[in-house]
Amino acid sequence: MTDTTSIAPTPTAAPQLPSDGPVTAPIPTPGHKPEQNSIFAHARYIAAENPVTGLAFALFALIALCALIGPYIVPHDPLASDTAAALQAPTWKHWFGTDQLGRDIFSRVVVATRLDFIIAVTSVALVFAMGGFAGIAAGYFGGWTDRIVSRVSDTIMAFPLFVLAMGIVAALGNTVTNIVIATAIINFPLYVRVARAEANVRREAGFVQAARLSGNGDFRILLGHILPNIMPIMMVQISLTMGYAILNAAGLSFIGLGVKPPTPEWGIMVAEGAANIISGEWWIALFPGAALMVAVFTFNLLGDGLRDLVDPQRRT
Amino acid sequence: MLTTIGKRLLTVIPTLIGVVIVTFLLTRVLPGDPAVYFAGPAATPDSIAEIRKGLGLDKPLPEQFVRYVGDLSHGNFGNSLSTGRPVATEITSRLPASAELTLLGLIVSLAIAVPLGILAAVKQGSWIDHTCRVVATAGVSLPVFFTGLLLVYVFYYQLGWAPAPVGRLDAFVTAPPTITGFYLFDSLLTGNLESFWSSLSQLILPVMTLAIFSLAPIARMTRASMLAVLASEFVRTARASGLDTRTVIITYAFRNAMLPVVTTLGMVFSFLLGANVLVEKVFAWPGIGSYAVEALLQSDFAPVQGFVLTMAVLYVALNLLIDILYGVIDPRVRLEG
Amino acid sequence: MLKAPTPEVDTGEALPLLDVRDLTVEFQTRRGIVQAVKHVNISLAKGETLGIVGESGSGKSVTSYAVMRILDRAGRIAEGSVMFSNLDLRKIDESDMRDLRGREMSMIFQSPRLALNPIRKIGHQIEDVLLQHAQVDAAAVSEKAVEILEHVRIARPRERYHAYPFELSGGMCQRVVIALALACRPQLLIADEPTTGLDVTTQKAVMDLVVELTRERGMSTILITHDLGLAAAYCDKVIVMEKGNVVETAAAEAIFKSPEHPYTRKLMRATPRPGIALRDLLPEEDAARAGPIGSKTASASAPLLKVENLVKEYPRQGVTSSLKKLFKRGPVPESEIFRAVDGISFEIARGESVGLVGESGCGKSTTSMMLMRLIDKTSGTITFDGEDIGSIPAKTFATLPQRRRIQMVFQDPTDSLNPRFTAARAIADPLLRLSDISRKDLRARCEQLATQVGLPLNLLDRFPHQLSGGQKARIGIARAIALKPDLVVLDEPTAALDVSVQAVVLNLLQDLKDTLGMSYLFVSHDLNVVRLLCDRVIVMKTGQIVEQGPTDRVMDMPQADYTRDLLAAIPHPPI
Repeated sequence: MTDTTSIAPTPTAAPQLPSDGPVTAPIPTPGHKPEQNSIFAHARYIAAENPVTGLAFALFALIALCALIGPYIVPHDPLASDTAAALQAPTWKHWFGTDQLGRDIFSRVVVATRLDFIIAVTSVALVFAMGGFAGIAAGYFGGWTDRIVSRVSDTIMAFPLFVLAMGIVAALGNTVTNIVIATAIINFPLYVRVARAEANVRREAGFVQAARLSGNGDFRILLGHILPNIMPIMMVQISLTMGYAILNAAGLSFIGLGVKPPTPEWGIMVAEGAANIISGEWWIALFPGAALMVAVFTFNLLGDGLRDLVDPQRRT
Repeated sequence: MLTTIGKRLLTVIPTLIGVVIVTFLLTRVLPGDPAVYFAGPAATPDSIAEIRKGLGLDKPLPEQFVRYVGDLSHGNFGNSLSTGRPVATEITSRLPASAELTLLGLIVSLAIAVPLGILAAVKQGSWIDHTCRVVATAGVSLPVFFTGLLLVYVFYYQLGWAPAPVGRLDAFVTAPPTITGFYLFDSLLTGNLESFWSSLSQLILPVMTLAIFSLAPIARMTRASMLAVLASEFVRTARASGLDTRTVIITYAFRNAMLPVVTTLGMVFSFLLGANVLVEKVFAWPGIGSYAVEALLQSDFAPVQGFVLTMAVLYVALNLLIDILYGVIDPRVRLEG
Repeated sequence: MLKAPTPEVDTGEALPLLDVRDLTVEFQTRRGIVQAVKHVNISLAKGETLGIVGESGSGKSVTSYAVMRILDRAGRIAEGSVMFSNLDLRKIDESDMRDLRGREMSMIFQSPRLALNPIRKIGHQIEDVLLQHAQVDAAAVSEKAVEILEHVRIARPRERYHAYPFELSGGMCQRVVIALALACRPQLLIADEPTTGLDVTTQKAVMDLVVELTRERGMSTILITHDLGLAAAYCDKVIVMEKGNVVETAAAEAIFKSPEHPYTRKLMRATPRPGIALRDLLPEEDAARAGPIGSKTASASAPLLKVENLVKEYPRQGVTSSLKKLFKRGPVPESEIFRAVDGISFEIARGESVGLVGESGCGKSTTSMMLMRLIDKTSGTITFDGEDIGSIPAKTFATLPQRRRIQMVFQDPTDSLNPRFTAARAIADPLLRLSDISRKDLRARCEQLATQVGLPLNLLDRFPHQLSGGQKARIGIARAIALKPDLVVLDEPTAALDVSVQAVVLNLLQDLKDTLGMSYLFVSHDLNVVRLLCDRVIVMKTGQIVEQGPTDRVMDMPQADYTRDLLAAIPHPPI
């Protein structure tokens, strides 16, 4: 698309026919990208109509910041215990109070962000690569590819997902890596389902047929025509499953799998505070639980916002 | 109708085979040697080899698999390492506790979520609609174990309305004799009102926890599919024919809107059965979830394997039930084939 | 020919049944308030049939929704009055309005299958309406419902009473919708595109039924349609709407004989009908500018495409068959097979344009997909320029050099463009894959093609969603001719377009054929359009060719009964 100013060779007897559509919109200058423009306009429209989505973006920035620089800015060492100051309610010195060992809960909550974030991001990246690819291939090629992918996905779906994750972690061994793997595996069917359905409806779409007529092979159609059209929907899926991945990992560590104490992690911190709830020391479990909730809430809102951005029709 | 159900039953077979293969493979990918596990810390190489032989671990994988399937068909899930008791009997005796909790949770959440979703869709943009959206988003964001702890803090510690989270019954109340295994039924059937009230009050908080958790997806789906159906052509036709609002909403919109909701129930069950494990831990509930968690922490694998298999089989059965229910509502599925 | 006689008693003068004055309807949209209907006046006498004609976005449907007060949430009546036999419909409350709907005024919608509750027996749906308006007591209601089904000519009504919509054909569903609308013998029937999407023979049957039933009951009817021919054939009076305004109201004959408003003239001219040439579709001044159509260039030499005994079979879908296949693995028994194309043979000469006509499900699309080598045949031969291309698997055909010689224009211009490609990128796609054009010359070639199809160059960098339907159609055509193919299959290329755009596109296609010397296979359900563009016609029914021959011969002296039925079913405006 270079050299838009050059004069085209005179076409062969262009028929003099009237134009049929309104040509009123401003003429885009060369190199100008109207698509991007409209996405920004659309994003602004959504943010204006739904301030909650704006809030989600702000919260996301905060979480990302904590994950990045959290360990360097916290007021106390998250691992340093001080039995003299154990079980203190929130004060100016300890904003979120202290736990049974006198560790500063605020510092522990902030530092834990990075670990929870990493678990969620790596597991989602893993499942996106595997499930997305398998799903698109299954939806596009059909036949045996589809049968194998669907069979694997159905077998995973035959288990209650959290229960399967427990089994996988128990079998593979009780480590953080295996939590990531288990989370990726139980999300696999969700990605396959979305990618497969989207690729499947597009397989027979006019523009794919047209691409075939234009001489595109299967591989090129898959990567050049179908994938770019599925990406927005996959992005929404990523955002929605991110929250689920965090919940899942926290649930596993709540029952004692994966992360080992004294490593700060939200799920395990709630578990540590669970026993103290019935004696009234609410802060030990509340703050990490609330952090967990805010993180998941953010990703869910973000997913909804992205969905509005991608497809205003599907807003619910 | 019966042939449709029969055909659907056939499709369960490959799923069950898949489930059995996966649970079998889970034991074989254990990084350590299971025989070492089973032998315990004081084992000698000889005793380990003996145990390996006893467990059949020296045989090739296919043969081990055949043996595993053979054991399963006799209801033999192996023995627990820490208690030495058969896993199958333990699971059977604990299953009613989990089932009572999960089913009540689902019923309560359906009873709240479906009307909420319908109202939100019918009165789109009203306060009910906004409530529904907030509940739906907040509900899926709350970690289920955290909700449970919050409820305990508020209703037990602060208000004192609920009993301490110590299991299915108050410490001084005797359990009713086992008929169905569901304490609520059994105590009523035997006329034991004291244990009925006790088990009911113990149930309230964990059931609420599960209900809050599963409320969100159901309410969300009900609202969305109700909105879609209300905008459909046949609802417009019904309105243009002058049918009254009740008929339009119940006979025309609601029954159609239920189809995607019933499909969602499968997913909701999956979440519920998982959440059940966490809730059992929070409320010290003597179900199969807490049994598995205890075993898991002691690297006692046979109970975990039995638990995963039981849950999967239950879940497959529930999905079958959902499909049959779908066929009852939707004539298009019923008449296929 | 099918018009209701003027009512003997002249009640219309004294008091119209429906009197709409100064009606304005507004919609709340993202871009602020939009007026969909502006100051519209409609007067409808008892027993009269009124047609409201307009292209998409003219506000014709919104007008009728406003009369019935079933506008969706975003819309509201901003101004004007709607009087229905002395009742002010804007003033009465919703419960009274509900009482009127279905009892005094009712409506038929397009897409009949969607208009029925998919999971309720049709008999029960009719009963719902009868019981709502207390037409019969509960004991007799099912008898009454069966009787009504019989009235709309549903065979075996007692059996069909228990049927669900998905078990009935499209035409049958529309009869059920008519039965619903007429169950309570209302005074006014509004039919909103009642036959769109139905085959032409079904369309005729449905329209005849509506006319007959409304005439014998002395009802008034409003027929909303985009098809001027349909309106003129069935209505006493026609209203033409454009962009929310009524531009002309006249008696049906007058609209065709002496249209007053320029828009009506344009619309009327653009409607394909017998006895005109392709250029006659365009407004006078454009037709003059376009010049005469080149002489027919079909040569008598060896045919470009030769199809012999072409067959395409599909296994029947269903759980039973797949389960059987799973367990038996034997050859599939004969009854399990559905023949979509059943042994057809024909030829296309160089420079010739051949029409392939038939109703939905006749196998015309499957045929074109096989010729395009997008799907594989079951048996038979496809010879293209002396080479047997039918034996090359569809999977590998995409990257072969032969690919560039056979191209296609698709039915839906929106669906056939990649939403993420600009117009220029879409046109360039075949050039990039199948020609050795340099990147440097690519843009120039795209611009040349755009000029050729009359697409303004400043639109080349736009994405499909920023373009109109006609513009997207032009891009599809530019893409198809980019490689200078010998044969272009046109699969209903104008079916999704308004008539005025269709007129322009048809002329464009004719001119391109003359300049580039291509052959066309024009797949269509519309005989009037085929007549304008094609040298020869092939008529298909249930996978077989029932008749083929020169267009004039087939259209004027059809040999097969089926062709005669098809021709007779086209609504003929009174000229």
